[in-house]
Amino acid sequence: MRSKNLFIDPGRCIGCQACVAACRECDSHKGRSMIHLDYVDMGSSTAAMPTVCMHCSDPVAPCAQVCPVDAIPVGSDGVVGTASAELCIGCGNCVHACPFGVPKLDVAEMLQYKCDLCYDRSSQGLLPMCASVCPTDALFYGTYDELLQKRPSAQAVDVFEFGEQMIATGNAVVAPAGRNDAIPGGYSVWSELAQDDS
Amino acid sequence: MATHCCYCGVQCGMYLRVSSDGKVFGVEPRDHDINKLKLCPKGVTAYQQVNHADRLTKPLMRDRRDEPLREVGWDTALDRVVSEIRRIQQTYGRDAFAVYSGSSLATEKCYLMGKFARVALGTRHIDYNGRLCMVSAAAANKKAFGVDRAANPWSDMLESDVIMLLGANVGECFPVATQYFWGARDRGAKLITVDPRETPIARTADIHVPLRPGTDAAFCNGVLHVVEREGLLNEEFIASRTTGWEQVRTGLSEYTPERVGQICGLDPGLIEKVGLTWGRAAKAMAFHARGIEHHIQGVDNCLSVINLCLATGQFGAAGMGYGTITGQGNGQGGREHGQKSDQLPGQRMIEDPEARAHICRVWGITDDELPRAGTSAVEMVHQAEAGEIKGWIGICNNPMVSMPDSARINRGYDALEFHCQIDFFLSETCARADLVLPGTSWAEDEGVSTNAEGRVVKYNKASEPPGDARPDWWIICEIARRLGRHADKFAFSSPRELFEELRVASAGGQADYSGMTYERIEETGGIFWPCPAEDHPGTPRLFGERFHHPDGRARFHAVEWRPPAEEVDRKYPLRLTTGRTVAHYLSGNQTRRIDSLVQQTPRPWVEVHPSLGFANGDPVTVTTRRGSATYPALVVSSIREDTVFIPYHWAGRVAANLMTVDALDPTSRIPEFKVCACRLEPGSKIDEPPAPPVPPGVAEYPRVGGLDREEPSAPQGRGTGRG
Repeated sequence: MRSKNLFIDPGRCIGCQACVAACRECDSHKGRSMIHLDYVDMGSSTAAMPTVCMHCSDPVAPCAQVCPVDAIPVGSDGVVGTASAELCIGCGNCVHACPFGVPKLDVAEMLQYKCDLCYDRSSQGLLPMCASVCPTDALFYGTYDELLQKRPSAQAVDVFEFGEQMIATGNAVVAPAGRNDAIPGGYSVWSELAQDDS
Repeated sequence: MATHCCYCGVQCGMYLRVSSDGKVFGVEPRDHDINKLKLCPKGVTAYQQVNHADRLTKPLMRDRRDEPLREVGWDTALDRVVSEIRRIQQTYGRDAFAVYSGSSLATEKCYLMGKFARVALGTRHIDYNGRLCMVSAAAANKKAFGVDRAANPWSDMLESDVIMLLGANVGECFPVATQYFWGARDRGAKLITVDPRETPIARTADIHVPLRPGTDAAFCNGVLHVVEREGLLNEEFIASRTTGWEQVRTGLSEYTPERVGQICGLDPGLIEKVGLTWGRAAKAMAFHARGIEHHIQGVDNCLSVINLCLATGQFGAAGMGYGTITGQGNGQGGREHGQKSDQLPGQRMIEDPEARAHICRVWGITDDELPRAGTSAVEMVHQAEAGEIKGWIGICNNPMVSMPDSARINRGYDALEFHCQIDFFLSETCARADLVLPGTSWAEDEGVSTNAEGRVVKYNKASEPPGDARPDWWIICEIARRLGRHADKFAFSSPRELFEELRVASAGGQADYSGMTYERIEETGGIFWPCPAEDHPGTPRLFGERFHHPDGRARFHAVEWRPPAEEVDRKYPLRLTTGRTVAHYLSGNQTRRIDSLVQQTPRPWVEVHPSLGFANGDPVTVTTRRGSATYPALVVSSIREDTVFIPYHWAGRVAANLMTVDALDPTSRIPEFKVCACRLEPGSKIDEPPAPPVPPGVAEYPRVGGLDREEPSAPQGRGTGRG
């Protein structure tokens, strides 16, 4: 798996949409943001959370598995790409298969769009645009060790439970400090994964 | 091209992407010491101003106000300014012509505006839009410390144990500064936020104090009361480094948590808790912004925070300190080099004989020729209304949106015989001027800017101005040259030449830039003033050994809380407060033209508590003694029951400043934007925000994001997750 991942921490998010604005600036999809920014507790607080592609690792990329034309590439590093424009038939299977609601279908173009972790940038050592600009590090790109160095009490979650289906992901969500029990839809096996890595 | 953002006082570093034919087409994050690659949604899209279809590319003029603006050549335009200046000054006297400037200009231009008004026009009427921003903090800083600058670099926050943030919606107004607050908390610091609204940075604060607008001084006195009662003072610091503590201490007895709780509409226990948390902290820092400054008691509010910091000795080391967070990019630099009505370059006071002598020497004029102190921004417009000021050059401001009680501001501008406005978009204020001169955006010129920390950074030129637009300094120097009065003193051919003169003018003053060069600023992560010599490293942290009063001591000032100018009554039972939202900047002249920012937040709203009985999206009419408008309701429990909020970035029918009160602080002359009395009623139809004005011949910019009536989303904007 990749050594660097995105860690999403809704506790730090201020809902400013810098990530959305930055995502629009990517040369490969200028003007179109792949990030979903939700105000999750509207009416009672300013809470917000960005959703990016989680790059599912087990099972590998449900979106790619259901693609009838194998248009969605999965790299050896686990990065799940955007559907290839040459191959995609705009059927929308991936939109329905994704447990996180990430891919979007452009009905006019009959093409799928989703976050590819700024592959053009991250493969060259640059930070993905969203994690680069995020004013609060609610989107943090790096290794788990780098995260822990900055936030010793951070608790990362990368396994999510949807009914009976378990999904392990490349990217992770940061749970509130000291909270080790399962959070809705996910729990942590990061410590074990980190050991596996080492 | 390496540069910095044009918007708020954080001044994030960024690269502008420039095509081979010299066009700015994008942005790339820059790992600068201030922002470490981070940018907010305004910063990410700032570059879209540069080649925007709405840009002013030709001088625009009209002979009568009921005619449309028409394109004219530069000679015609400049001759008109010069003849109007001559006519008005000869008929009504020198002071009948006013200059109203702004702090989003690079410092070289701010310096030039002060010199232009005093030397070329010989008028005492020059002021700037920082008057609507943070001048209360500036005045309080001068009184308490003898200098007007934040005490610390923000990185000092990372070593703090307790940070208190008063009236500062950092998450929306200074998003990238949030990293320092979160970084401090990662290291165990506690965060106290004081605000009538639970803003994004307050949402997870350790202690949030939702006080009633207009009661900040009472709250701070209450906290200091608890600190004193519990014996948590730093007696040694008070004795050795300050004066005036006894008067403050005597007054504190009246500010018991019970009484303060009543004034502020708070549980007295909360005041106790803040007092103990602050008082027991080994290292604490306090920051504030417009929330406590925009009051008739703005200076006192700031002094009450400073009292708390002084009484606990929180100065002079990392993790200990105090500062205001300036709202405009160059809010700090723009106020310290002589475009403020009472100041000369270097943060010198214009009525100080030594300061006058120094500046007269630098400028080569006599003391008789240097005007005395003028009046403040809002007062100048009121003087226009009264017929005392007849002519006006405005640059880098949009008072039709940004000044309080818009109706009266309109009357003031209506009464002018001649109004010239310089800008790079046709603002609502430009649209009503007699003459509009097309200046440059920040990306088309070079110059320095001083951020909220007191750190001087450099803007670099990434492209040529569009069409016939000209650098602002060229326009001003050209007017001075044609006017003829001391014309030789305006023979500048570049910002660098202006900067070299500014260095000399600032030498020996508080804000001493004399040791800085463009090259040094670029080589470092920016230089903190004072920097009195080319081998001086600059001064990131102030007050380690001494404060800047002649005796080296800080001054306590006893602060007595007073109610706001307009208290609630049966007819106007609620408190209206105004402020910013993350997608827009100041009067919106720039951000209301950027697609994604308009999409994020297409219109203003009125934020109300659920107990007031409205539903999200309901048309709600807000009425004060001055005006009324109908907004969609945003119903949230994160605002006080007795308080309503409207963001102020929009113009015309939906301008929040139709409603605000123009009462001014007696010292800083800042308007009380942050509290007045209002009432709410169910409305029939939501008022539509007008499209931003465009030059003649330019199609109105296509409206994006639809203003179809729909529920407002979160305060930060519409989400992108659904749809």
